[in-house]
Amino acid sequence: MDASRGKLKEVRLTTPVTPDQLKTLEIGNVVYLDGVIYTARESVYKKIITDGAAPPEDFATLGNVNFPCSPAATVEADGRLNVGAVTATASFRFSKWMKDWFRISGAKMIIGKGGMSEADYRSLFVPVGAIYLTTVGYGTGALLGRGIKKVRAAHWLDELGIAQAMWVLEVERFGPLLVESDLAGNSLFEANNREVNAGLAKLYEGLKPPSLSRYGETDDRGQELI
Amino acid sequence: MIPRTLVESTAHDLMTRASIDIPADYLSGIKAMASEEEGDLSSFVLRAMLENYEAASEDRRPMCADTGVPRYYVKSGNEAQLDGGFIALEQALRSATAQATHDVPLRPNRVHPLWRTDHNNNVGINAPEIEYSFEPDADWVDITTVHKGGLFGTDYRMLFPGDGIDGIKRFFLDGMIAFGKRGLACQPAIVGIGLGGSKDTTMVLGKQAACLRTVGDRNPDPKIAALELELQDLGNSIGMGAMGFVGKSMVVDCHIEVGYTHTGGMPMSLHAFCLSSRRATARIHADGRVERRTDPRWFTPYMRRETVEWTPAEASSKKSA
Repeated sequence: MDASRGKLKEVRLTTPVTPDQLKTLEIGNVVYLDGVIYTARESVYKKIITDGAAPPEDFATLGNVNFPCSPAATVEADGRLNVGAVTATASFRFSKWMKDWFRISGAKMIIGKGGMSEADYRSLFVPVGAIYLTTVGYGTGALLGRGIKKVRAAHWLDELGIAQAMWVLEVERFGPLLVESDLAGNSLFEANNREVNAGLAKLYEGLKPPSLSRYGETDDRGQELI
Repeated sequence: MIPRTLVESTAHDLMTRASIDIPADYLSGIKAMASEEEGDLSSFVLRAMLENYEAASEDRRPMCADTGVPRYYVKSGNEAQLDGGFIALEQALRSATAQATHDVPLRPNRVHPLWRTDHNNNVGINAPEIEYSFEPDADWVDITTVHKGGLFGTDYRMLFPGDGIDGIKRFFLDGMIAFGKRGLACQPAIVGIGLGGSKDTTMVLGKQAACLRTVGDRNPDPKIAALELELQDLGNSIGMGAMGFVGKSMVVDCHIEVGYTHTGGMPMSLHAFCLSSRRATARIHADGRVERRTDPRWFTPYMRRETVEWTPAEASSKKSA
């Protein structure tokens, strides 16, 4: 099991992450986190960015690692918060919030699923010195759940619901995560896509085209749906 | 007479086990792929997933926080007697879903499509889905649950008879490549293909093929069985592995189910289950015994019957499900 793992560099970081730490990370590195991270996705982005609500606690204590996800969690009758597993949700829908979110929150690390585009990294992430880490799998929900040592708070739980609330999590060896974008805005996914795309045309060789095309159909399989 | 309380406790147990324990057939499929994978990143992902299944079982926590949109497949023996009938069974399944959502916990994924109302219990209008099938000469009820996500990895296309096997291969490649990039299909996965029927039937058959057949199971029609293996190989030759990284782990197994269709058409659906292909089945016997398993045995010879009359004798001449 460890033979192939040894081929990828493993890094352990403490939050809040510093520019010096981020500088050393390369796409494809494996990262584990210690410290505090918080969840925030569309409802929290909308509430703080569009509606202008004050963050429920200062970003100085929330840290600078934003994990847009929904935990499989329960609020017990006595108010205790129980998180079983956590898995990210696809991130491409969130790029439209990132410019304002970075400005308001000071986040330097986004953890998600599937990444965003290299263009997004270069226009949104690089100017503020932020990077993107992707969860693995997807998803290693049980391993990530194991890394949560304490649920410190679940803000706006009644208003936004379990899935969309802002969960503040104290974590230890939270991972594995993969560095998807570096400080220069390179994308691990897009680097792999380029390599995969080179072999696609020959898969279709000799297969006759369908008798009925579909609206908007393209023959360029190098394109992505996102 | 099968009591309602037994249906409810069994369904609660199914919800729990499906979310936590990876089925053995799927686990061996992934282990085999992990030992063959040569791409460093894809290989890393597969090994992390194997660790994740272990962590889930050890900690009794869901293997993936996206516990999908809970649903049930009920196969009722023709002679089965349910206390309170099927209305009581449906009440029991809805109640078990709500309770398990709290107890496991499952993610309360189910919301109203327009108002996004979330009851925080995975129950709502038309949710959870309950699909039925029947079995002759039996007095048991089989209940299966699968926890499958719902956003990516599924597609439908109306193909035509002239498109032939080429058309099937093209659409299969299109779907696997489009959803495989960045791993949105959560591959490698069991891939189900529905062929024929009406459009809705095509979708239902493809989903059932992905969710209700085990790794290594083959369609009883030898030519369809050969096509299943051919498509599996085709998917694994795309050059893509787990998370869309360079590799060859896309399709753990491919299952095809067919239905007689319109003479002018050949509708096709494609469904990728996911890297956490989760299912659990229980058989409730008339005397109250409950037997657990992970093979749903959904596609019985009776389900695949082709002629007007059907007698159990035909079952012995065909491969048993």
